[in-house]
Amino acid sequence: MRRGRIAQAEAFIVGAYEHPARKLPGTSLAEIHAQVGLGALADAGLTLADVDGYLGSGDAPGGLPAVVDYLGLELSYLDSTDIGGSSYVDLVNKATAAISRGECSVALITMAGRPLTGKRRGPAPDSPFLGYESAYGHSIAGSYALLAQRHMFEHGTTPEQLAEVKVAASAHAQHNPHARLPRVVTVEDVLGSPMIASPLHRLDCCVITDGGGAVVVVSPDVWRGLGRRGAGILAAASTIDHTRAGRVDLTKTGARRTGPRALAQAGIVAEDIDYASIYDSFTITVIQTLEDLEFCAPGQGGRFVEEGALRAPHGRLPINTDGGSLCNNHPGNRGGMPRLIEAVRQLRHEAHPAVQVPDCELALVHGTGGHLGTRTGAATLVLGRP
Amino acid sequence: MTFDTDRLPLVVPDIDDVTAPYWAGAARGELLVPWCAAGHHFWIPRSFCPDHPEAAVTPAQVSGLAVIYSFTVIHNGEGQFAPAAPYVLAYVELDEGPRVMTNIVDCEERELRIGLPVEVVFHGDDGSWAIPRFRPQDGSSR
Repeated sequence: MRRGRIAQAEAFIVGAYEHPARKLPGTSLAEIHAQVGLGALADAGLTLADVDGYLGSGDAPGGLPAVVDYLGLELSYLDSTDIGGSSYVDLVNKATAAISRGECSVALITMAGRPLTGKRRGPAPDSPFLGYESAYGHSIAGSYALLAQRHMFEHGTTPEQLAEVKVAASAHAQHNPHARLPRVVTVEDVLGSPMIASPLHRLDCCVITDGGGAVVVVSPDVWRGLGRRGAGILAAASTIDHTRAGRVDLTKTGARRTGPRALAQAGIVAEDIDYASIYDSFTITVIQTLEDLEFCAPGQGGRFVEEGALRAPHGRLPINTDGGSLCNNHPGNRGGMPRLIEAVRQLRHEAHPAVQVPDCELALVHGTGGHLGTRTGAATLVLGRP
Repeated sequence: MTFDTDRLPLVVPDIDDVTAPYWAGAARGELLVPWCAAGHHFWIPRSFCPDHPEAAVTPAQVSGLAVIYSFTVIHNGEGQFAPAAPYVLAYVELDEGPRVMTNIVDCEERELRIGLPVEVVFHGDDGSWAIPRFRPQDGSSR
């Protein structure tokens, strides 16, 4: 992939902003949306008046119209896809398509959440699956634990291999002054932490944080006028994976469909990727996603992560160099946005020097939303440094 | 410790025209699973088969026998399940094919393994519905 081709991208992420706070007891959700939106626009060198497209998701307080009203936007394009934490990765895809159709030229995507200090949100009350899942005490950690147990059974994956995903995340998080868990942990620390849902320990789980983030996606014309380096959007694919009427397969994720599609569309293979942001709600999420994205053979995710493959700057595939959702930030229980933002930092060569991947030119972002184990959104993006 | 059923809450299901026969079957001690006329069972109950939308669907009684497909011991239950922890959440694969989410009850943690043969038991006593859960088949592991 040469620079020239990346500069031909249909759209560019040219602004990105992650809220620095991890606990926001006195800030309304609408205000967090505004703060991150203004932050991303300032990063791009744009203002609210430049925005003609807005994309938000299920976290929008009062729905999309309330956020658009609060921000005072005049829109020619809007979208409110909600596939949980993967929504924002998918929304970049939607923004790119809208820009290439000429429906807008500056698209703002914001997210905000306050699971620590705000109102509790339960499962969607009208889901047709409630009586067949919630009735058994189905929980988020429990859902992913079912995956981990099956993966260990089928592929011999070990608790130590799962723990290495957290250890790598913590090695990155120590360089992030905003990380919720900046302390470096060991495999023994993970295995010694309390069992949440066997075989997953507390440290196999991501953090819970208030906060948010935003990105700005613009047309090539706008991008050329800004002089701020962005990330070219080279390929995108999204899907919903589910229980298939009783044929649920706990060893596969939606990434098995979105990953190969996105890589083929970009004309590259997984080995060409310099850096990856992989949604890491739990350690098992990363191992299974890496397999499905074809970074390793099916079932080999546990062995792949051993020996520091995920660690920046020199691992075979550095991932989540901000510390990921496992150690840095999982605002609103929707981690897609910070995954996106760290990929932009890497492609701009603005990640922390200790974790900046040398000559980072191609990045992949994968979002997982909802519950692996039942039904999830899956969204993959391939981004390039223009 | 034994994962007994008494600690597990009975969550009242949303019963509608399509799902009522399944819940009523459970109340009679019968596990009913949708049968697609194209020749297979599926899960969860609905008026049509997603794989064969043109084929007829009827509630069909199944054996109630299954094996554990995956399981987890949940130590931090949420909501009504907080006081129930630790408890076992599982997918079991019915002998007739579908994988269904459930609890494993009347067993010890050391008995739990993928592939363990289990059988259905029903909890609930109001006559119009009951919750199907699964326990180790007699003699399967003890």
